[in-house]
Amino acid sequence: MKVKVISRSTDEFTRERSQDLQRVFRNFDPSLRSQEKAVEYVRALNAAKLDKIFARPFIGAMDGHRDSIKCMAKNPNYLKAIFSGSDDGDIRLWDIASRRTVCQFPGHQGAVQGLTVSTDGSVLVSCGSDCTVRLWNVSDANLADSDYLSDNSSKPQAVYIWKNAFRAVDHQWDGDLFATAGAQVDIWNHNRSQPVNTFDWGSDTTISIRFNPGEPNILATSANDRSITLYDLRMSSPARKVIMRTKTNSIAWNPMEPMNFTAANEDCNCYSYDARKLEEAKCVHKDHVSAVMDIDFSPTGREFVTGSYDRTVRIFQYNGGHSQEIYHTKRMQRVFCVKYSCDASYVISGSDDTNLRLWKAKASEQLGVVLPRERKKHEYLEAVKNRYKHLPEVKRIVRHRHLPKPVYKAANLRRTMIEAERRKEQRRKAHSAPGSIVTEPVRKRRIIKEVE
Amino acid sequence: MGAIKENSDDEMDEKVKKYLRGEAANLEGLKDKKLKGQLAVREDLYGKSAKTAAKIEKWLLPSEGGYLEAEGIEKTWRIKQESIAREVDILSSRNQYDIVLPELGPYTLDFTSNGRYMAAAGRKGHLAIVDMKTLNLIKEIQVRETVRDVAYLHNELFFAAAQKKYPYIYNRDGTELHCLKEHGAVLRLQFLKNHFLLASINKFGQLRYQDVTMGEMIGNFRTGLGRTDVMQVNPYNGVVALGHSSGTVTMWKPTSAVPLVKMLSHPGPISSLAFHPNGHVMATSGRENKIKIWDLRKFEVIQTLPCHAKTLNFSQKGLLAAGTGSFIQILADFSGSQNYSSYMTHSMAKGYQVGKVVFRPYEDVLGIGHSMGWSSILIPGSGEPNFDSWVANPFETSKQRREKEVHSLLDKLPPETIMLDPTKVGTVRAPPKKEKPTKKEIEAEMEAAIETAKDTDFKKKTKGRNKPSKRATKRREMINRAKRPFLEQRTQEHETSRKKHKLNPETEMPKSLQRFVRQKAT
Repeated sequence: MKVKVISRSTDEFTRERSQDLQRVFRNFDPSLRSQEKAVEYVRALNAAKLDKIFARPFIGAMDGHRDSIKCMAKNPNYLKAIFSGSDDGDIRLWDIASRRTVCQFPGHQGAVQGLTVSTDGSVLVSCGSDCTVRLWNVSDANLADSDYLSDNSSKPQAVYIWKNAFRAVDHQWDGDLFATAGAQVDIWNHNRSQPVNTFDWGSDTTISIRFNPGEPNILATSANDRSITLYDLRMSSPARKVIMRTKTNSIAWNPMEPMNFTAANEDCNCYSYDARKLEEAKCVHKDHVSAVMDIDFSPTGREFVTGSYDRTVRIFQYNGGHSQEIYHTKRMQRVFCVKYSCDASYVISGSDDTNLRLWKAKASEQLGVVLPRERKKHEYLEAVKNRYKHLPEVKRIVRHRHLPKPVYKAANLRRTMIEAERRKEQRRKAHSAPGSIVTEPVRKRRIIKEVE
Repeated sequence: MGAIKENSDDEMDEKVKKYLRGEAANLEGLKDKKLKGQLAVREDLYGKSAKTAAKIEKWLLPSEGGYLEAEGIEKTWRIKQESIAREVDILSSRNQYDIVLPELGPYTLDFTSNGRYMAAAGRKGHLAIVDMKTLNLIKEIQVRETVRDVAYLHNELFFAAAQKKYPYIYNRDGTELHCLKEHGAVLRLQFLKNHFLLASINKFGQLRYQDVTMGEMIGNFRTGLGRTDVMQVNPYNGVVALGHSSGTVTMWKPTSAVPLVKMLSHPGPISSLAFHPNGHVMATSGRENKIKIWDLRKFEVIQTLPCHAKTLNFSQKGLLAAGTGSFIQILADFSGSQNYSSYMTHSMAKGYQVGKVVFRPYEDVLGIGHSMGWSSILIPGSGEPNFDSWVANPFETSKQRREKEVHSLLDKLPPETIMLDPTKVGTVRAPPKKEKPTKKEIEAEMEAAIETAKDTDFKKKTKGRNKPSKRATKRREMINRAKRPFLEQRTQEHETSRKKHKLNPETEMPKSLQRFVRQKAT
């Protein structure tokens, strides 16, 4: 007879000394666990509720400017700081951790329309409506010496005056050139006081400009004639142009997929395009109720933040049709510029009420050092919440966001109007010969034509 | 070499199937490409995690299960406990004992979910808590009235005893914490672990569910089938099954006053009931000395065994213990196809009447409560050798016990989650089929339409145009207009029913009347 009985020796299963960790044994057999799905559902519900309890995205406001903030720039080498330029010509460097001004750069006579930092972090380029482009020296050594005195100012490295007012500026990635947008697109070199090259296609002012992070010679601009134009510096002539129904206020390239860019449009939507195929948009991001003024991608390339004229900041998934998150405050007025911080944890918005506001990118994230056990727990709760977020109880809690009343009413009105149009279109289609009325997808509908 | 590899592949496939928990979803019908892509990625991840879990089961589990194999012409059911004790190590042989307490009546037992603590209750009022690892008596109290049943709550600190008039909840120190007056004279108690519900059946056949966290009474149902003391909880889905003296087994959930299932199992009263831990197999025994093994998915008998059983219990590994008189039989299905055959037997001393058999979780031990006390015998292969510390830990410290209590309270399931098929949570319910309105409803609708038509106010015309006859005709016109759609519907229905009736008289007419069927012109 062969016989064996389960016998567990206590020392194998308990710890030897009190300094040791307790031993944990796992058996993943489903028969040991009953009603797994119900337990997971209860956990998902609790996780959704906890998320809402801990959702406090607003960190602080940076006060100091005396006029509305029109533009911001981030230094890719120094995460703690951000530059902002306002309508009275005041450029400030802020330390985000202490939310105070480190350095001021006075000089512009009119509004500062564009700010950008070179990729090595040494030069800040600013352009304004006083027809000047100013270069400032902002290398790390310079900043580290400065004290936190608000009247600490520096002198520009160079001032270049040109023919007409500028609307935007952007610096080439890993290069020496920067481009300004105004009556035409000018390409400048740091050391030359006149543009190296000029592009002109169409007769309207260019209002925004962005260099491609992957391909340093390609840039995208948007103009007042409702077009988005792609230029290639090597070809010294404009490459392609797409004309939409409404003008684009700002463009941002996806840093992880440099062939895609997203355009923030005046018709409250953002359109993501593939630069190789401009005849239709890849995705339409709808949720704002007023013109979208600025857009910036997260360094992960998976999310982007938009600021709009309707006093809200929204965060979208890169391929999501609707916003994930909305930030608003009673005190925040029209948002003119937004930036995602370089570590993808914060969002900074500059608005009409002269304040820069610092927000968390994920509203219920725990800031600071997170212990490995805490992190695992957060990841688990996130995963279980995502598994059940389609069920009605969990969905109601996860989707719920408080909207300011004007935004809520405007959204309802928009919805009613769009629904009415859609119904009319459907009825026209139903009562006419099949195939005579063709509905275009929204991705194509807002584009008028593409020009070579 | 090839054959061995094939075998191991089959084994792994079976294990993977177990961890996959069902079939993969069919993504062919999806038109939404984004959703399809996301779901395909998720299905892939499920496959990977199932494979990893299967590999862990194969290589990383610390303990191996017990077994008993007979050699030569020996049969396993002839092997006595003494011969097992000789072959087995000292620590395990300590698990074989008889505790004789003749004065205090037949004993019932209950183990905590980790198998570490046991509560024993003698009919004459003796309550005892024993630590099974060290065989230490933690506390014993004498309540001086009849105790019919004892059940542990969520951990070893609390247990409930069904005493003469009401059930009471006691602390580990023997302090009486609560007297549950609403339950009445309870015959059996069962605790639903995931829901923190204490279910009781009393002398009048009333089933009650009480939430022990807040003391709320969740359900109170009159079964209507009389007094019964056969009650078991199905651990798989939390459903309480009662066996009645008419031979029916009814299954209940706390949110409905009507039983979920009523099955006629035996010609006479049900003497005991037991559920397999996987939730699909149930064993019932009746007074006619038969044990029936049921498949609960189809509610069919898989097997009938000619065996006496006053008490039944399934072990974690699926062994069935049947006790009657002073004889205990252990049945096992070796092939995995639910074909139970005798595995071991045990005869106790002549005067001992077996009251309750309970397998101890995570150990190869069977606890027997009988009229002269309680005993414990070794049944190799009955317990789960590898425990999961987050589910039930036999080596729990007090800190771990406190943490576990908090976590299980956070994960407490609402009573609505008890259903026959627990995998339905989170699935999409089929849309309700629109039922045709009944005749009465249609008539009521017509009446309502006529009333509203009658109530309409007409414009008061002047200059001689407001003649009463014209007003009356206008009114009649309105009422007819309101009636028209209903009358049209009615005539349509008549037409279709007449046509249907006409269409197949030949097939419907019985043979003797075939000659009267109208012949079609050929």
